[in-house]
Amino acid sequence: MHIMEGFLPTPWWQVWFAVSIPVILYGIYKMNKLVNEKREILPLLAVAGAFVFVLSSLKLPSMVTGSCSHPTGTGVAAIIFGPAISAVLGTIVLLYQALFLAHGGLTTLGANVFSMGIVGPVVAYLVYKAGMKANINFFVVVFLATALGDWATYVTTSVELALAFPAGDVLTFAGFMSSLGKFAGIFALTQVPLAIVEGAVSALLFKYVVNVKSDILVEMKVIEDKVVKKLRGTSA
Amino acid sequence: MSRKLELIVLAIILIFTAHFIYMSSTTDAEFGGADGEAEGVINEITGGTYEPNAEPFWEPPSGEIESLLFGLQAAIGAGIIGYFLGYYNAKKNYENELGYKGKNKSEGDRQSL
Repeated sequence: MHIMEGFLPTPWWQVWFAVSIPVILYGIYKMNKLVNEKREILPLLAVAGAFVFVLSSLKLPSMVTGSCSHPTGTGVAAIIFGPAISAVLGTIVLLYQALFLAHGGLTTLGANVFSMGIVGPVVAYLVYKAGMKANINFFVVVFLATALGDWATYVTTSVELALAFPAGDVLTFAGFMSSLGKFAGIFALTQVPLAIVEGAVSALLFKYVVNVKSDILVEMKVIEDKVVKKLRGTSA
Repeated sequence: MSRKLELIVLAIILIFTAHFIYMSSTTDAEFGGADGEAEGVINEITGGTYEPNAEPFWEPPSGEIESLLFGLQAAIGAGIIGYFLGYYNAKKNYENELGYKGKNKSEGDRQSL
């Protein structure tokens, strides 16, 4: 999902910075507030950030298109801490990759943060909340939320590229759709099996977190006490 | 503790791996990066006229260095996850063993083992 350095023309790279920067700032504010109020969440924040680090470094092969891409890992952070704080964690990882790996770039950072740090987490968060409300099995909900969040990130990247590079040079609806088809053919399609793997691994991480440190999740209203009891009683 | 979820995840990963091995041995797919393929599409759409408006100011000088930095990224992350999950796990076990009555602990923490 990394849009490479220099591959977003003006005005698009500025546009995505303008969208992303307020969210990042709000995320930093929320993160500071949370850490000051509840110092005991710091380790969990570190785990969520580390999970993004690990998953986004793993380039996995995709059998659908015969190319490689990577999961994002931001869904877990979104479920526990909400999308704004996930945007901050995503920015840290994207900055590391832009500076040291020439993956993504500084001019395209805004667009990449928007897809991986904002849209993906928002989708994961909404799916999670809806799924828990509908009383679906906790692990199934985590799987769906993180897999769809991952996939939404890559759809967003396709949209960003199609807006910047519509067919026929001028941005028309038909030109946008034609380019979107091409970019989605690469990103969204490649990502399908990877999103499934990300969902499965995220569900597993949640199993361990619930098992060893559920009180913090209950306190943060991520999960209700009765759900924890049920998970431990039966399927955990 | 049941291992049902572990088995399901293992099955998903095995299917993923088997599919990859099958495909890489039967087709000549290159498994290049999707990010790079997007560059090809951009060239196709713009007729090769697009010039990147910025260059990365540092690039890993070789594939080895690149994989070093990717490996480092994964190792840092995995270390942090393992450390804290291990810490919490041991803490929970010892608290259970000593019958420690923590404040703010939900009852479920002690009943399950």
